[in-house]
Amino acid sequence: MSEETAILEVRGVSLQFGGVRALSDVTFSVTKGELFAIIGPNGAGKTSMMNCISGRYTPTEGRVHFKGRDVTGLKPNKRADLGIGRTFQNLALFGHMSVLDNIMVGRHHLLKNNFMSGALYWIGGAQKEELNHRRTVEDIIDFLEISHIRKAMAGTLSYGLRKRVELARAVALKPDLILLDEPMAGMNLEEKEDMARFIIDLNEEWGMSVIMIEHDMGVVMDISHRVAVLDFGQKIAEGLPDEIMSNPRVKTAYLGEDDDVAAGAGQEVA
Amino acid sequence: MATQSLRPCGDFRTTYRQDTAIFDTFNSRWAMILFLALLYVMVLVPILAPGVEETPVLSTLFGPFYNAQYLSLAIQACYWGIAALGLNILVGFTGQISLGHAAFFGIGAFGSAYLNNTYGIPVILSIPLAGLIAAAVGLLFGSPAARIKGLYLAIATLAAQFIIEDLFIRVDWFTGGSYGSLANTVELPGYDFSAGEWVTLFAFDTDPKFFLFALTVTIVMYVMAANLMRSRDGRAFIAVRDHYLSAEVMGINLTKYRILSFGISSFYAGIGGALYGHYLGFVSAEGFTILLSIQFLGIIIIGGLGSVMGAILGTIFMVLLPEVMAGGVDIIASTDWGNTPMITNGLAFFKEMAIGAAIILFLIFEPDGLAHRWRLIKAYWKLYPFSY
Repeated sequence: MSEETAILEVRGVSLQFGGVRALSDVTFSVTKGELFAIIGPNGAGKTSMMNCISGRYTPTEGRVHFKGRDVTGLKPNKRADLGIGRTFQNLALFGHMSVLDNIMVGRHHLLKNNFMSGALYWIGGAQKEELNHRRTVEDIIDFLEISHIRKAMAGTLSYGLRKRVELARAVALKPDLILLDEPMAGMNLEEKEDMARFIIDLNEEWGMSVIMIEHDMGVVMDISHRVAVLDFGQKIAEGLPDEIMSNPRVKTAYLGEDDDVAAGAGQEVA
Repeated sequence: MATQSLRPCGDFRTTYRQDTAIFDTFNSRWAMILFLALLYVMVLVPILAPGVEETPVLSTLFGPFYNAQYLSLAIQACYWGIAALGLNILVGFTGQISLGHAAFFGIGAFGSAYLNNTYGIPVILSIPLAGLIAAAVGLLFGSPAARIKGLYLAIATLAAQFIIEDLFIRVDWFTGGSYGSLANTVELPGYDFSAGEWVTLFAFDTDPKFFLFALTVTIVMYVMAANLMRSRDGRAFIAVRDHYLSAEVMGINLTKYRILSFGISSFYAGIGGALYGHYLGFVSAEGFTILLSIQFLGIIIIGGLGSVMGAILGTIFMVLLPEVMAGGVDIIASTDWGNTPMITNGLAFFKEMAIGAAIILFLIFEPDGLAHRWRLIKAYWKLYPFSY
């Protein structure tokens, strides 16, 4: 991973809550244009890792570099300005807003109008700007195939659709790096296939680098370029999907100690 | 389910501009414009041609409405409506609580009177300036919102209410202390070039004239709020209310919007208060107690939290409620069994109780307020006879 192509570098990040060590000394980097997956058993620290990248948590130790800039101490909204978008594991839509408005919120940092020009609306160009951005938002709505619900209140939608709206909102930020926290959790097969297609399109056609946390191994192994595995806050493996699949230490983490697997597993990988 | 607005057949949107209009449908838009135009005409005609309201046609049509008491209620609805809208931006849209709204209302009233009396700034300018003063004070007292929310914020704003209320009596130079201060009538200043001096073009010195002024200000303030809510910062307010964590990830600066919301809300309170002061002609410190703050909260709960339309509906409800109660008591008192001292003397208590009862009943049966009820009624008529 050369310096200039890495969009995100996580260097020795540790995160401690009192006596609980959620992350210890995790290091990895994501190349521009990569689809990077983080997997691991429940409680392994995947979402904590994502929160460190998006700014919800500040790591106790270590640094996070985004596009060559140290963003470790920046607030989440500043990171959004820089081009990090994310979705949440537990739905985090604005329930009383329409789908359209939810996605328009994603344009927040790209819009220039403020409360004064917004209140005057017709005078000062707020309307023109809003309508221009509306056009882009409609493109995103088309792409994610949610045009039929654009006027519905986000809180009234089904689970799968909410996930999709949340993705749309993150895409509206026009991020260079998009963090997806379990984008397919609780979906049926068809919805998962749709979501996988969207993620691949985002990555390949929209040129976004993607970090994805996902439990569905089939999807992860199929679509991601590289995979990192966390267990008990430590990175236990990183590599191509095939390598990860056959990695004995990963198997141990997921399936537990088995006599013949555990025998020499630890040392081999480390 | 998919669409929130029930549009009549054939009312299609072909541009995004149409789709972002304040009023959902052609009809609701023009109904509102016609209604307001009618209000203006009704009040303006007797001003321009005194005595015309006595003519048979007009007095049969509008006779009951040409009534000094109704007019003063309408003016009250204007200045309360503006302040309530401000509180709705803070409480309904941004999801923060304020128990000190009456204090900012008072600052507007005193501020405008002070600017006008001391510096001779024409009232028509001192009103918006008073709004700015109230906004500045609101930003100051709203700054705890950067760190605290919920019940704690309620207590912090309660402190603002008591501090400011106390200052109204103590800061003599600003408020005239316990004597209060005089507030001049609203005048439209003009420059007379032949005489080389400022003159008064038009004075809003009677109730009908002042109503025209107050109504205009109210319309402007409501249109501005509706615009705000369909542009960037309005959406940011709602985002902060609905899910502040994801709002922050969407690039919204929480601290900024939480405090800004206090500023805008106090600005509205200040404008409303200034109108109130100049309408009464006299501002005294007693008018801005916590009771008024609670009443503003009651208005927006009844009208509908997070609705621009709800603020004015709630205000009208709150203004009319005591009148309706008084009317009801009169009717009861006119009967044989009702003509007892308990009922005839108890009117004041009935009014107070009615407000409390209305708030409780709305919280239980219509927590989304009159604005929501109005939407349901419209939907009912549009879908009749099928309820789906």
